[in-house]
Amino acid sequence: MTGPALLSVEGVAVDLPTPRGNLRAVDHVDLSIGAGRTLGIVGESGCGKTMLSRAILQLLPKKAKLTGRVMFDGQDLVRLDRERLRKLRGRSLAVVFQDPMTSLNPVLTIGTQLIETLQEHLELDSVAAKMRSIELLAAVGIPAPEQRLMQYPHQLSGGMRQRVAIAIALSCEPQLLIADEPTTALDVTIQAQILDLLAREQRRRHMAMIIITHDLGVVAGRTDEVAVMYAGRVVERAPTPDLFKRMRMPYTEALLAAIPKIDAKPHTPLPAISGRPPDPTRPLRGCSFSPRCKYAWAQCLIEKPGLEDADSPGHQYACFRPLAAGVPA
Amino acid sequence: MLGFVAQRLLYLVPVLLAVSLLTFLIASLLPGDLAYTILGDQATPEKVAALRHDMGLDQPIWWRYLSWLGNVLQGDFGRSFRTGQTVLQAVAERLPVSLELMLLAQLGALTIGIPLAIACAVRSGSAFDRFMTGTAFSMLSVPAFLSAILLIYLFAVELRWLPATGYIPFHEDPLGNLRCFLLPALTLALGEWPVLMRVLRSDMIQTLQEDYIAMARAKGLKPSRILLVHALKPSSLTLVTVTGINIGRLIGGTVIVESIFALPGIGRLLLSAIFTRDLIILQGVVLIVALGYVLINFIVDLLYAILDPRIRHGHA
Repeated sequence: MTGPALLSVEGVAVDLPTPRGNLRAVDHVDLSIGAGRTLGIVGESGCGKTMLSRAILQLLPKKAKLTGRVMFDGQDLVRLDRERLRKLRGRSLAVVFQDPMTSLNPVLTIGTQLIETLQEHLELDSVAAKMRSIELLAAVGIPAPEQRLMQYPHQLSGGMRQRVAIAIALSCEPQLLIADEPTTALDVTIQAQILDLLAREQRRRHMAMIIITHDLGVVAGRTDEVAVMYAGRVVERAPTPDLFKRMRMPYTEALLAAIPKIDAKPHTPLPAISGRPPDPTRPLRGCSFSPRCKYAWAQCLIEKPGLEDADSPGHQYACFRPLAAGVPA
Repeated sequence: MLGFVAQRLLYLVPVLLAVSLLTFLIASLLPGDLAYTILGDQATPEKVAALRHDMGLDQPIWWRYLSWLGNVLQGDFGRSFRTGQTVLQAVAERLPVSLELMLLAQLGALTIGIPLAIACAVRSGSAFDRFMTGTAFSMLSVPAFLSAILLIYLFAVELRWLPATGYIPFHEDPLGNLRCFLLPALTLALGEWPVLMRVLRSDMIQTLQEDYIAMARAKGLKPSRILLVHALKPSSLTLVTVTGINIGRLIGGTVIVESIFALPGIGRLLLSAIFTRDLIILQGVVLIVALGYVLINFIVDLLYAILDPRIRHGHA
């Protein structure tokens, strides 16, 4: 990490009351990201990565309880009053949600949804806002942007809708963009296009970006740093090249092994991670991954490992039986 | 959009035919012979037979239906054998009263129901929400005649602000006209806002959980804009349906409220037609009211398309 952090998440925990008891969705996560940098948050479904992004944006469900601090640009978002928070959201802090089929309002035109954001945060008259909307749609690769303004979301394909959502997120030149599984709901052929678009716009605007995904392949070439989450906790974080070269956490290794390889022989079974993540309403005493970990030994079942510094700078992992350093997975 | 309207209009034809047939059947299948009703118990069989022949009552029923339908299509709904008034005249005289009452009642119900629904949906599960939902439920079970009497007691007898009963035509005294409609309209509105509030509240609670509402919040929009633009519009389909049904129902007037407040509306016209066995009036008025109902539902269909573009484009 270079320079002061733009966003730093400090000891954030999210508790959700459920009929089966308290669910700890995010468990004391510390993360930070500097201006213009890219952070990937990786984990399987239910690991708390989306809850973490909602916690950063202060968009948690009403019943959820959030503890810890979310420092953004010197202010604690958790304790910020509503009006100041509203002025930050969409302006300095933007988000692209997972499913463009549900994140755009079905009864409002694309133009309305873009222009309202621009006019909320920037002093633009309606003509200027419209011109800027057309520019934005063109910038995210939407053909015939002028006509699109008049259209409704259902008249666009999924990929086009996600481009619209990205245009809305970029519209006020945010300092930080949170992309929450931006390609999960899209066709495989569209995924790379959307990721490239995000990367290009990020460089052009010098904004920081958090990419949340379940796919280590997505973060591989596109992030400066990666945090791997499991059962609500960060279990390994490292500069991206370091993570892939010297991963220490068995879960990261298993996650990487589960990606299909292009050079694998046909009909090779995927080394899927057996078992399921632990029930978050019944936390384990030991390491949350221990029931599924092939290296686990007695200590792993009794004690929870904390994040420890690895030999390489900026690399941390939470494991009692880490993989040998320097062994590529 | 034009194609959509034309298509919906085409759907109306069979509906209207069915409505006319049912109306006709109901009136003709009522027990008692129209000729006897007109001539009285003392009439000789010859006179009755002659009248039946004149009125075409000796024809087969399908023939009577077709000739009645033919007349209706030419705008002739028949004439009361008691007052000599045509059905159209009678309706034209009474309809404005029922329409004004209906309009004011709906405005009242929507003005009470919509803000409360939004307020409850935003704080769903809170004490306020539970209190309002409970109030709505108890209001729902208060019959119109009871709330009418209570309103009359409060506003007419105790406070003396408004007249208890009576009707002043609009062209004679617009303000007086409005004053005599306030209590009956409020009576109807009190019975209707709970339904409107409950349907809008539950739709709104669902909408507020949608991703696009989270997105609207993430965009930093003002809460008022999120509620009124992003959430209200997609939540209002059921509200529009229920309002449409209420309007359709009230076109036919309300027997109870019009009787209590002595308003000369369609409801009282129907009631007196029933009491006096004025079948021509009854049949004609029921048909016209049914036409109004069908028309309102047609407008509701169009409103759906305006509210939700996916219906307009045939996607939903």
